[in-house]
Amino acid sequence: MKFLRDLLDKQKPLFQKGGKLENLYYLYEAGETFMFTPKHTTNPRGAQIRDAIDLKRMMITVVIAMIPCLLFGMYNTGNMHYLAVGETADFADKFLLGAILVLPIVLVSYAAGGIVEAIFAVVRKHPINEGFLVTGMLIPLVVPATIPLWQVALATIFAVVIAKEVFGGTGMNILNVAMTARAFLYFAYPMQISGDQVWTYVGEKGVVDGFSGATALAVAYQAGQEGEAVTSALATHNAGFMDNMFSFANMFFGFIPGSIGETSALMALIGAAILILTGVASWKIIVSAFGGAWLMGLVMELFAVNEYMAMPAHYHLVMGGLAFGIVFMATDPVSASQTETGKWIYGLLIGVLTVIIRVTNPAYPEGIMLAVLFMNVFAPLIDHYVVKANKKRRLQRATV
Amino acid sequence: MSKLIKLKKGFDIKLAGRADKQLANFQPAQTFAIKPTDFIGMQRPKVLVNEGDTVKAGTPILFDKKLDKVQYVSPVSGEVVEIKRGERRRLLEIKIKADQTFEFEQFTKYNDSDLKALKREDVVNHMAMSGVWPQIIQRPFGVVADPADEPKAIFISGFDTHPLAPDYGFLLKGQEKYFQAGINVLKKLTPGVVHLNLEEGAEVPAVYNNVQNVQVNKFSGPHPAGNVGVQIHHINPINKGDIAWTVNPYGVAQIGKLFLDGVYDASKIVAISGSHITKPAYAKTYLGACVDKFLAGNTKEGKYRVVSGNVLTGQRINNDGYLGYYDNQITVLPEGDEYEFLGWMKPTSARLSYHRALGLFSFLKPNQEFVLDTNMRGEERAFVQTGVFENVTPMDIYPVYLLKAIMAEDYDEMEELGIYELVEEDLALCEFVDVSKHPVQEILRKGIELIQYS
Repeated sequence: MKFLRDLLDKQKPLFQKGGKLENLYYLYEAGETFMFTPKHTTNPRGAQIRDAIDLKRMMITVVIAMIPCLLFGMYNTGNMHYLAVGETADFADKFLLGAILVLPIVLVSYAAGGIVEAIFAVVRKHPINEGFLVTGMLIPLVVPATIPLWQVALATIFAVVIAKEVFGGTGMNILNVAMTARAFLYFAYPMQISGDQVWTYVGEKGVVDGFSGATALAVAYQAGQEGEAVTSALATHNAGFMDNMFSFANMFFGFIPGSIGETSALMALIGAAILILTGVASWKIIVSAFGGAWLMGLVMELFAVNEYMAMPAHYHLVMGGLAFGIVFMATDPVSASQTETGKWIYGLLIGVLTVIIRVTNPAYPEGIMLAVLFMNVFAPLIDHYVVKANKKRRLQRATV
Repeated sequence: MSKLIKLKKGFDIKLAGRADKQLANFQPAQTFAIKPTDFIGMQRPKVLVNEGDTVKAGTPILFDKKLDKVQYVSPVSGEVVEIKRGERRRLLEIKIKADQTFEFEQFTKYNDSDLKALKREDVVNHMAMSGVWPQIIQRPFGVVADPADEPKAIFISGFDTHPLAPDYGFLLKGQEKYFQAGINVLKKLTPGVVHLNLEEGAEVPAVYNNVQNVQVNKFSGPHPAGNVGVQIHHINPINKGDIAWTVNPYGVAQIGKLFLDGVYDASKIVAISGSHITKPAYAKTYLGACVDKFLAGNTKEGKYRVVSGNVLTGQRINNDGYLGYYDNQITVLPEGDEYEFLGWMKPTSARLSYHRALGLFSFLKPNQEFVLDTNMRGEERAFVQTGVFENVTPMDIYPVYLLKAIMAEDYDEMEELGIYELVEEDLALCEFVDVSKHPVQEILRKGIELIQYS
């Protein structure tokens, strides 16, 4: 590694103050600190030693936690394709096809966002934020595999600029960046991210007659409208192609149509396990959000006036992107509630809102996206009252 | 009315290089120094001696024009060899070369019954002129107490939970008489209670046995359970307008000695600790000693950093620097000014981290002692991770909100969020565990100064 170090040291004067490429210092710094932890030492006064953790390590842990979702997403993309076109294929074929479709989306997302980050770092003279390591991976996982690449790029750029950089970069943003990207796509290009056609890659072969690419949420909503029991509608969906496609187990494992990374609740839970074990994400948010969704599902069941409301509450937990959204989006420490009490409330309300939006609002089959964004906006308010209670305790103490 | 308080939050940093409980034979230190920079809040130090003057142990050499009653005295007898100033003539050190045998300034001696009859005013004057007063620290702000104030209570933390902290039982062995006298003196200074806070479950050092005139409280839990600020928060918290005083047990014994023996005795035992020391042990010396003799032939190979105090709140000093006024230990660490290839990504179990993202399997080796160097281990970033500061601060306080209020210079918010209850050491662990590598203690001091001088 001596060679690399020497190379970096040799180039350093170019980028330092007075050097020719002074303006690009933060690009150099990003590359340098990626390869080598810097040699800064602690201040003369204060803590003389520091914890071995840094933000890079923290963020890469989240990326690692997403890998199961990514790999499964690749497989499932291929899986759904061969199902829709009525061909059989082995595991390798399915995975390969999925990889061919998914990897370009990942690359485009990282490239587009990376360029924006770099431009802002140079113009605003701040270090490049590691937060994008996570955002760049999250965005591909919440879009369908059929999405045009230019839309991925546009959404990423929009989200990084509007949701993050205008507020001052990672740590200052109000909304979850990846969720903002998805919301942008949802409202700007609904054709490519909603409906029954977009979730399954068909290619040039054409769908086998009678196959429906609808998601479980769409089927459930439809059943609710038509007064058919949701469980039986789910069970008989695409009956000619796959036995019990939307069974609870299938939805839990994720062999269903949907966005690339969100179909499998199991993979999201593996991610959750990694995040909770490493302490990177708040288990309070995850637990309370799942709990909130389930409780709201129960309430719906209790006061059911249509079949969708009467659906068993635990179905909500495995349908759509709820699990993925809770594990990876709701727990984003910057946009979530920052106090421990607040995290319980914040998570609970995300779960509750998701189910309410799903069941009662015909325009949005999936509620987690709007629930997370909505609660992102309200998180500071929740924290305000939690902190205010703390201030009040202090004041009351003074008069005693 | 004694209290038992069990704290759960916090973190014990287990470092290699704890001092063996024995006195090692070092060459005696030649020079000693008083450093005005040790006294936070000292604004206009004025020197009373010139280079070449001879002084006795207890001769005033310095005072603060803002608090002119309080004298800062020489710890040893000898000759003033240097008055060192830095930029803009800022006073840095007053160095004194010690005599072989000491001469002491003689102060009035009191026996136990005299002590009882003493008036508060006389006690204050006696302490202020004889050099022991700076041992009394005022909360809020953590500055040398003003003799004109009357504190609502006085707090003494009888144990130290910092990394590699010295054992107070060993430091104060055989000082029972002086410690009790010191307590009796302190009792005169407050209409309230003198609290002595001890560690629950640990053997009570002989010096604290049968101490009268105090309320003994017990604390259990990881660091910072031994921080007096944390203890005050749980016993009798400081609100706006309150004043409480804190004294280190060494200071209590020194005060006792002044009244019983009539001398300013600056002798102290310090721990020479840290992973870079060959034989960590205790040394007998005097306040403000030059550390070179403790290091001679006693350090391992490689670059190192000498810290006066502990690794969380200490101050870097030169290899021939001087022990800080309030410090009972020096710590020597490897200097970490080296690059590390992919250091942030490497899977490793050899690193100490509070965070499980690095130390996931640390529970397998709960008693592993770590060698830490002074590398920052990352770059400064905006606050991202949440909930961690709260988990290492066993107080009903939101450190991140407070730090943000300080950065925004929002005075009301700082007050409401409890800045009066904190000094640097109380948030030192936050600085250690911070993912975003903020200088937490520096920010807090900035906030305290904003409030103090507003």
